[in-house]
Amino acid sequence: MSSGVAQTYRAAAGAAGPLVFIERTHAVSLGEWVRLEIPGEKRWQGQVIDAGERLTVVQLLDDSLGLAPDKVRVTFTGDVARATVGKELLGRAFNGVGAPIDGLAAPVGEAMRSLAGAPLNPAARLPPNDFIETGISAIDGMNTLVRGQKLPIFSGPGLPALEVAAHIVEWARAPKGEPFAVVFVGIGITARERRDFLERFEHSGALERSVLFINEMKDPTVERLLAPRLALGEAEFLAFECGLHVLVVIADVTHYCEALREIATARQEIPGRRGYPGTMYTDLASLFERAGIVRGREGSLTQIPVLTMPDDDLTHPIPDLTGYITEGQVVLSRELHRRGVFPPVDVLPSLSRLMNAGIGPERTVPEHRQWADQLYALYARGREARLMAAIVGEAGLVAPDRRALGFLEHFERDFIGQGRRRRTLAETIAAGWSLLDALPRDDLTRIRDETWARRHAPAAAP
Amino acid sequence: MTTAPLRITRVNGSLVEAEPVLGVSLYELAAVGHGRLLSEVIRLSGATATLQVYEDTGGLAVGEPLAFTGRTLSVQLGPGLLGSILDGLGRPLNVLAERTGDFIGPGASVPTLDPTRRWRFQPTLAAGALVSGGDVLGTLEERPGFLHRVLVPPGVTGTVAELAAGEFTVDAPVGKLTDGTPLRLSHAWSVRTPRPTGRRLGDDRPLITGQRIFDLLFPVAEGGTVAVIGGFGTGKTVVEQSLAKHADADVVVYIGCGERGNEMSEVLGEFPKLTDPRSGRSIMDRTVMVVNTSNMPVVAREASVYLGITVAEYYRDMGYRVALMADSLSRWAEALREIGARLQEMPGEEGYPTYLASRLGAFYERAGRARLIGRPEREGAVTLISAVSPPGGDLSEPVSQATLRVAGSLWALDADLAHQRQFPAVDWETSYSLYVEHTRAWFEREVDPSWSAVRAQTLELLQRDAELREIAGLVGPEALQDEDRLVLLVARLVREVVLGQSAYHPHDASSAPLKTFRLAQLAERARSLAAERIRAGAPLAQLDLGPFRRTLIALRDAPGAELSTRVTAAEAALAGILPAEARP
Repeated sequence: MSSGVAQTYRAAAGAAGPLVFIERTHAVSLGEWVRLEIPGEKRWQGQVIDAGERLTVVQLLDDSLGLAPDKVRVTFTGDVARATVGKELLGRAFNGVGAPIDGLAAPVGEAMRSLAGAPLNPAARLPPNDFIETGISAIDGMNTLVRGQKLPIFSGPGLPALEVAAHIVEWARAPKGEPFAVVFVGIGITARERRDFLERFEHSGALERSVLFINEMKDPTVERLLAPRLALGEAEFLAFECGLHVLVVIADVTHYCEALREIATARQEIPGRRGYPGTMYTDLASLFERAGIVRGREGSLTQIPVLTMPDDDLTHPIPDLTGYITEGQVVLSRELHRRGVFPPVDVLPSLSRLMNAGIGPERTVPEHRQWADQLYALYARGREARLMAAIVGEAGLVAPDRRALGFLEHFERDFIGQGRRRRTLAETIAAGWSLLDALPRDDLTRIRDETWARRHAPAAAP
Repeated sequence: MTTAPLRITRVNGSLVEAEPVLGVSLYELAAVGHGRLLSEVIRLSGATATLQVYEDTGGLAVGEPLAFTGRTLSVQLGPGLLGSILDGLGRPLNVLAERTGDFIGPGASVPTLDPTRRWRFQPTLAAGALVSGGDVLGTLEERPGFLHRVLVPPGVTGTVAELAAGEFTVDAPVGKLTDGTPLRLSHAWSVRTPRPTGRRLGDDRPLITGQRIFDLLFPVAEGGTVAVIGGFGTGKTVVEQSLAKHADADVVVYIGCGERGNEMSEVLGEFPKLTDPRSGRSIMDRTVMVVNTSNMPVVAREASVYLGITVAEYYRDMGYRVALMADSLSRWAEALREIGARLQEMPGEEGYPTYLASRLGAFYERAGRARLIGRPEREGAVTLISAVSPPGGDLSEPVSQATLRVAGSLWALDADLAHQRQFPAVDWETSYSLYVEHTRAWFEREVDPSWSAVRAQTLELLQRDAELREIAGLVGPEALQDEDRLVLLVARLVREVVLGQSAYHPHDASSAPLKTFRLAQLAERARSLAAERIRAGAPLAQLDLGPFRRTLIALRDAPGAELSTRVTAAEAALAGILPAEARP
């Protein structure tokens, strides 16, 4: 479809923000890669986002500073944007357009991939069914991450989402020790965060099994839209061609969405909620839906997008649309963070939709579902009781509510607040049981009789 | 003025403009570009046509050719639809995967029905019969035990000249009319056109969903419409899937519109393994899936709901009771908005096009129970259960509001209940059903004469519980009267055991109406018995609901065959509610 033939125009008709307008173009294709140059001064790269006989719109990937429409030479390359992928990218760090930032030479790669990526046929998917141990009790026990899933972390400004993500990167294991890789995409992160991250990766030894794509706050906006697509192209290659189990961490999706809004406004698109483009759902889906497992292929692609909820608002369009696409969410709590609980995960609004596919007999423990439901139910009751106790005092509560309140404190401090130490799944399950064992049978409405009998059977007695 | 050939003059996302066009009509299909991507004319202005493209337009170039087809977007209806998984354009996804690989590329053309498969056709009419649209020509067995009635396409009339028994493919003629019109096992139908029916029938038969909270409190009639509205994580998809598995319908059409690929693959993996308790056959044998995940082309997403409802109407026309699940109509509305914005239409509320409400209303009106056209006389129904995903869970947004104006029942899902893991997380204060009065006679006749009384008592208990909890929040539960605290206690039992239902428990995932009724009735009897004791002077602290609760849970989790013995056990446990000293 693309002509494959390059053609050059001597000037542009206009420019606005990251957009350049060229009149009377011929046979230009949508998504075509464009080079722009003011000879002897400056070069830019861009992509066709609206192709027309009368007017063609090119979106620049670089800062448009100094671009003079009447002086610029515009070359349509006849090729669509592509990314270099390959196993040799492991252990390397790149910027948002795929140029190395680790001082080494650009990789040759094993293949070139279209940046857009094609949708995976739902009939070719295999349902996710194996759990990934993250080492975090609030996730492994209560909101189990499953291979091929996309499970975002919803954070707020000032909450340690990146640190939680970094721990997951260091601690995550495939259950049977299968080959594992991490692709990390930093979008709009600060220089400090970048330094922290690189150091952590190097020290923990996680770097050699990782590929990093880092777009910093100071880099051009459009690169934020490109970086995750470069990363996902590489992740798909590692997962579905090389048979690795790949975990993709994208931080921060909020910066990505803001870049989307900025560019949509420059294109004079009709804005949707809070000025974000009406196409944002589809655009985010084109990233998040690339998680999965393909029938008949070895690897898997799991995503943990990290996003910052502006003003901690769960109904803001960014967390809202993300939540509709992803398979659950892990929500961080400011209140827990203030009380020094790490990781500060609020399990009530958190959810892993695919949890049931990854837990139970032969995967985790047989009673996992009831165990988690029971912890949830007690915690929810404890939260209600805490509210009520604030008004009427603890003495005004009925006995089961008083017990739930006691449970709540231990649950938050000991179970969720594991600190910066990795917990195995067995340790997580045991920690939960130790809280439940302290309560009378009638409080444990979600634990089925067989489970209770098995746990309290005098089997241990001689 | 121009002698330039017909060509693409602009490519903007999923929209393409072409010039010069002549004699083209709105909604006509075209193949655009060298890759022959499927597209539809949505605007004509002078010599310029604007087309929406159903496939990825990346790489499509200005100047490429296009060809109009003279057809509108239609689906081939015939045997072989059951058990199939189609994309928004009616292409079977597994065939597509064989042709184009694991990832979907543009331009693949695959027929909806397998053109090579032969079906054993048995005519019920003979030469000389006068036929018109909707008449049954004959039958074939589409799936083991499932009779597919081959219909005269609506709009066709004449005298049968030939009609033969034998094995035929869907495209081969099985006979013809005297005017030469061939008769086939399949026919094409334009998806945006409702299939005609005869007289509409009333809403007096419930569709049994197998979910206690719906059947008992918020029933839906066969041919009715329900909106399942809830923010993300409230369990809309689980509700839709539970109904697809357990609802008492002959045929289920499930539209996954703009939703998650992994969820769809879970369904694709799970459904073939489940058996329908009524027929003993695989659930997939009665199911047609239409899948257009959120990352597949947005224009095909818009078309997918029409494809799904056309298939549902087709089985209705055979005389079947069809349940149509659409998950989610918000994604369909967003597709409309996305296309409208690219057309630079003047937007209405929140950027949605102004025709949102009328399109949505027209879609809902395609549901219904009706006497059908054609002979022999028969009835059929399409019951529509559609999910709506309001941004931020806020029902004041345009899609929810437009839906509420046309839906007969609202199942509102609530985030707080979901966070407490109360599933289905139905908010009984917001939800409603307009079918309660119409269906009560059926429940009283088929389940129990006191069905409506128990329903009313349950609702009253929940209402009283909500009021008391508000008061308890101010003064503390210890400050309440014993009888009021009893209400709190029993309401908790009702919420957890009667209304709460696990979609994953083998015997609890679906609940027969009688079991639903018994659970609610027993809870109510426990309440009235305990209230009586309290009025007689026994303090609440001395009453023990524990053993009764356990028998009620055992009843809930027991297989259907054990219902009567479990009910007896629970009734016996009612006696245990007596204060300790009063026990025999």
